[in-house]
Amino acid sequence: MDTESTYSGYSYYSGRSRGSHRHGERSRDRHKSRSKDSRSEKSVTINTPPAEPLLGDSSVRGEQVQDDNWGETTTAVTGTSEHSLSQEDIVRITKDLEDSVGLDCRRYLTRTVAVILGLLVFLTPLAFLVLPHLLWPEKLQSCGTACEGLFISVAFKLLILLLAVWALFFRPARAGLPRVFVFRALLAVLVLLFVVSYWLFYGVRILDSQDENYQGIVQYAVSLVDALLFIHYLAIVLLELRQLQPCFSLCVTRSTDGETRHYNLGQLSIQRAALAIIEHYYCDFPVHNPALLSASKSRAAKHLAGLKVYNVDGPGNNAAAGLVHSQSRAMIAAAARRRDTSHNDLYYEEAEHERRVRKRKARLVVAVEEAFTHIKRMQEEEQKKAPGDVMDPREAAQAIFPSMARALQKYLRTTKQQHCHSMESIQQHLAFCITNNMTPKAFLESYLNPGPTLQYSRDHWLARQWTLISEASVTSGLKDGSLFLLKCVDFSLVVSAKKIPYIQMSEEYIDPKSHKFVLRLQSETSV
Amino acid sequence: MSFVPGQPVTAVVQRIEIQKLRQGENLILGFSIGGGIDQDSGQNPFSEDKTDKGIYVTRITPGGPADVAGLKMGDKIMQVNGWDMTMVTHDQARKRLTKKKEDVVRLLVTRKSLEEAVKHSMNKYPRQ
Repeated sequence: MDTESTYSGYSYYSGRSRGSHRHGERSRDRHKSRSKDSRSEKSVTINTPPAEPLLGDSSVRGEQVQDDNWGETTTAVTGTSEHSLSQEDIVRITKDLEDSVGLDCRRYLTRTVAVILGLLVFLTPLAFLVLPHLLWPEKLQSCGTACEGLFISVAFKLLILLLAVWALFFRPARAGLPRVFVFRALLAVLVLLFVVSYWLFYGVRILDSQDENYQGIVQYAVSLVDALLFIHYLAIVLLELRQLQPCFSLCVTRSTDGETRHYNLGQLSIQRAALAIIEHYYCDFPVHNPALLSASKSRAAKHLAGLKVYNVDGPGNNAAAGLVHSQSRAMIAAAARRRDTSHNDLYYEEAEHERRVRKRKARLVVAVEEAFTHIKRMQEEEQKKAPGDVMDPREAAQAIFPSMARALQKYLRTTKQQHCHSMESIQQHLAFCITNNMTPKAFLESYLNPGPTLQYSRDHWLARQWTLISEASVTSGLKDGSLFLLKCVDFSLVVSAKKIPYIQMSEEYIDPKSHKFVLRLQSETSV
Repeated sequence: MSFVPGQPVTAVVQRIEIQKLRQGENLILGFSIGGGIDQDSGQNPFSEDKTDKGIYVTRITPGGPADVAGLKMGDKIMQVNGWDMTMVTHDQARKRLTKKKEDVVRLLVTRKSLEEAVKHSMNKYPRQ
């Protein structure tokens, strides 16, 4: 079942622009099929596989299986619906639901656990030092010079540990991953075990026996802080340093238009690699534009619609799978034999489109350049002299916008980008360019070339919609040949990993004196 | 026509006798030679084995003494008047061919077609 619904807002415009340029057509057939396509853009299409025998029932009247209502129950017709719910509306509703419920409860849980663990870790050495003074002050030996020196050492090491933990762990969370971060969990367990074992030893050997040697206790506390610093070093190595060295080359392909990039990552778990890929996606890949894919979809629909297969043998065929299989084979064979001129259509259509885009672009560039000449930056001295009719950048942008608005809108419609840029955003961008003394060409750059997804407004980001699909467990490490999918609403990113090979290098020594040359002689003498 | 170092070279050769022609005060033979042990043998277009540093005939003046005598372009000169030409420098070869005191040079030349002709005739009449 193939369900296709498009946002009626922009498809209306595309239908109109296509309808207004009908001259250039070659044949009536193409004209007809084109009108059908523009209509189907605005409608909900349901295609069932042609498995129902349309003529089979009428041939066997005597059998009980005949359904008299086959005309009403067979669905093979495209229908138009006025109340179609577009894909983006559905996405927006689910997003609001998610935000209100709050999957952040897991994040808050992690944060609270981390804070509790941190407090425990910091207060433990201080507790070790303070408890003897509270519990058996009279029996305690006084603290000598070396002991007081150790106090300073404990203080500074704790300060360094505090700063280091703040730097490494208390950063704003970048993402919510599906499974727990294995290394962090391991480290937390290690720290907890460590601190608990120290407390155990302290409780049994020092508190119970009420040891008087205060210097020994202080040294014990110092050893705890040293060990904590080493655990922090372990944390840096495991969490940050290990994945810096590139080990894998990942090929990321967008499923809808084939846009491909390659990235080098180190040894990471699949979920962390996926996170890195998504962050690169937002910065590198040009924004996903579903309007550009409609042409190939309509071509595919035309291929399917060209042939209809009827089963004249009646419902005697038992295996439905065999039926469909033989029908599809028949269709493929017929399609191969048929003389297909759709490549011709594609070529001329693309040439026509190219020409149209270039013409609109020329008009746009001229309009923008002319608009920019209407504004001049006012100098400091002039500001004091003529205070009348002075505008700030936003007003200046609003003043010159109408003269270029039409050309810009036509260009965006031709390149199918009009849903990416709202009028508000265009005016904001214009004000920004005017403030920073940019030329018209600089202003137009963001409209002529599609930029990365981050450049556009938030509702194009869909940052909360990513799903990681993987056959291997997502906390397992990347391996050579790993394959996983990152599914977003409209498209998915297919990621495959390849290991960077082990390189065996050998050396060859060349003596600088060994560079000697001779002339190549090839003389010919006549005798 | 490649050789194995240390083994005698065997080849099917043709004997060609050229009468030198007097032109002014020079005696000319009417062909050009290329090759030699001091030359780059890789650039020789006529040799089968590009390591062959022998003397090859690179050009024949049409109607000249060499052409009349039957010398062909691409022939490898093995001997000139009894002197070996398979391991000589280019200049030595030139000197052996242009001795002013000799009117006639007797060359032993070899070419691929000679070997093929011999093989062909041997096949036609197998040894009984």
